[in-house]
Amino acid sequence: MEILICAKRVPDTSENEIQLNREGNDIERDDLVYSVNEADNYAVEEALRIVERTGGNVTVVTVGGDEDEEILRREMAMGAQHGVLLSDEAFGGSDGKGIATILKAFVQKGRYDLILTGVQADDAGAQVGGMLAAMLDYPFASLVNAIEVENGGLKVTREIEGGNKEVNAVELPCVLSIQTGINEPRYVGMRGIRQVASREIPTFDAAGLGLEEGAAGEAAAKVKRLDYFVPPAGKGAEMLEGSREEIIDRLMELMKAKGGLS
Amino acid sequence: MARIFAYVVHKEGIADDSAVELLAAAGKIVPVQAPTAVVAGWGPGLDAVCETLRTSFGEVWKVANPALAYPNAELVRQALVKVLPQGGIVLVPHSHFGTDLSPGLSVKLNAAFVSDVLDIEGLAGNSLKLVRQEFGGQVSTHVQCDIVGGAVLNLRPGAFAAKSQAPVNGTIVDQSSKVGTLSSRRRYLETVAAEAGDVDITKYKVLVSVGRGIQEKDNIGIAQELADALGGAVSCSRPVVDSKWLEKSRQVGSSGQTVKPKVYLACGISGSFQHLAGIKGNPFLVAINKNPRAPIFRVADVGIVDDILEFLPELTARVQEETAVAPGRSRE
Repeated sequence: MEILICAKRVPDTSENEIQLNREGNDIERDDLVYSVNEADNYAVEEALRIVERTGGNVTVVTVGGDEDEEILRREMAMGAQHGVLLSDEAFGGSDGKGIATILKAFVQKGRYDLILTGVQADDAGAQVGGMLAAMLDYPFASLVNAIEVENGGLKVTREIEGGNKEVNAVELPCVLSIQTGINEPRYVGMRGIRQVASREIPTFDAAGLGLEEGAAGEAAAKVKRLDYFVPPAGKGAEMLEGSREEIIDRLMELMKAKGGLS
Repeated sequence: MARIFAYVVHKEGIADDSAVELLAAAGKIVPVQAPTAVVAGWGPGLDAVCETLRTSFGEVWKVANPALAYPNAELVRQALVKVLPQGGIVLVPHSHFGTDLSPGLSVKLNAAFVSDVLDIEGLAGNSLKLVRQEFGGQVSTHVQCDIVGGAVLNLRPGAFAAKSQAPVNGTIVDQSSKVGTLSSRRRYLETVAAEAGDVDITKYKVLVSVGRGIQEKDNIGIAQELADALGGAVSCSRPVVDSKWLEKSRQVGSSGQTVKPKVYLACGISGSFQHLAGIKGNPFLVAINKNPRAPIFRVADVGIVDDILEFLPELTARVQEETAVAPGRSRE
């Protein structure tokens, strides 16, 4: 099976406290640790497991700049055969639909049986996979937490409310958005990354993808982020301060009052 | 003026709670225009939902088709594309169904799409100003959406407070004849109920709930010791289950269990809306997190900025001390 994963490099929320910059128009990006979007990593692992059973190749593609090559190499170190970068100044300011348009152009240059995305990027909205499927007229399923290959198609399980699961038969080719927890992504060490350091990463620009001017990028974007701001505080917690011992004293009192300690 | 549609999710003849939230959200786009409810399905359940909805929506579009007996988003999308006019604003709950339906719907309607909308600030000309969050709720953003070609908006469940309004005498418009034959290369097979776990976290008054901050499986014991001392149970947020440190049955949230404890200790949990959606009954919510900007502090009753791996063992020791001393005191 030929599998394509659409991945994204994002600031790693488990490694960073996200703060606003001084102007308030962006997050403070200077000291951020970036990594591959968590759900995308599960998607790559799932693809590798499918290919181990059925044969075929795993290709990871991202839309971005030179700095985004690092996530392609990371996923190649995991075992993906190919990494591809879609990069053009004209892609800047794309909304979800713009990104899906760019990816569609790339998909149509090759032949993929299965296209996976992560369920959602930390800095976006669970949208590109569903859009890409609609643009290609492929079936789509979101929040996928199990895939079985059978009878030339897939048996796909989705996560729905309350821990229940919805099982679907999905024909190939299709697009699936992968939920975190579907598998345990394999570890990638520095050695693995070094081994793929010199592998070539093909890059396509708008012309190379046959995209017309204005098909993606800021001019085509109907959805634009205006600013970042600190969310309103809500009722806000009473913050307990002092030494750890003092905090525990106060917490014990409160828990007794609220029925947490008998 | 763009017409506003509210896609109503329903089950067994009952409309989802999100219906009234979509109604409230529509009022934030154009206060004077009543939105139209759109309901797809088949059979008596569909009719029952339409009858209920026409007391709150002025117009209810009924889309009946045997293929829609189960709401397969692929088939619902096809039906909606045939029924909805170009240029409308379509409101959908940001649920597992909305995630399946809406991005593709926006492509097929050639409309803009914004997911997980928290608030609507208003419409100026053809520009709709919306509020979203990024990075697990650590920061908010204003988003501008051009609605010239229409828009599909997925709205976060619980973010739009339902407004009380006098019942209306709405009309049901049957749009079913526009749908024709529906077919999809994705076929619904079955729904598998959640597996019961070793511990039923919904039965406990005290939950010690752990998140990513617990760092590794071996540290779960730290939370278990505190739970044992408090007579409670250990529950968790999604990353802990994703990492296979605890069973799925221990997960609190929209895709896990809904719990109603008296005291909920959120330990190293950032506080995503999906997690918070599983905490009901307004418990005393204590958040312990080393990130002072963790969104959980916005909703907790009490917040403590500390490393749970150091804080929890000390708290456990104190609880054990108190509970050991208490009977002695009562004898005096």
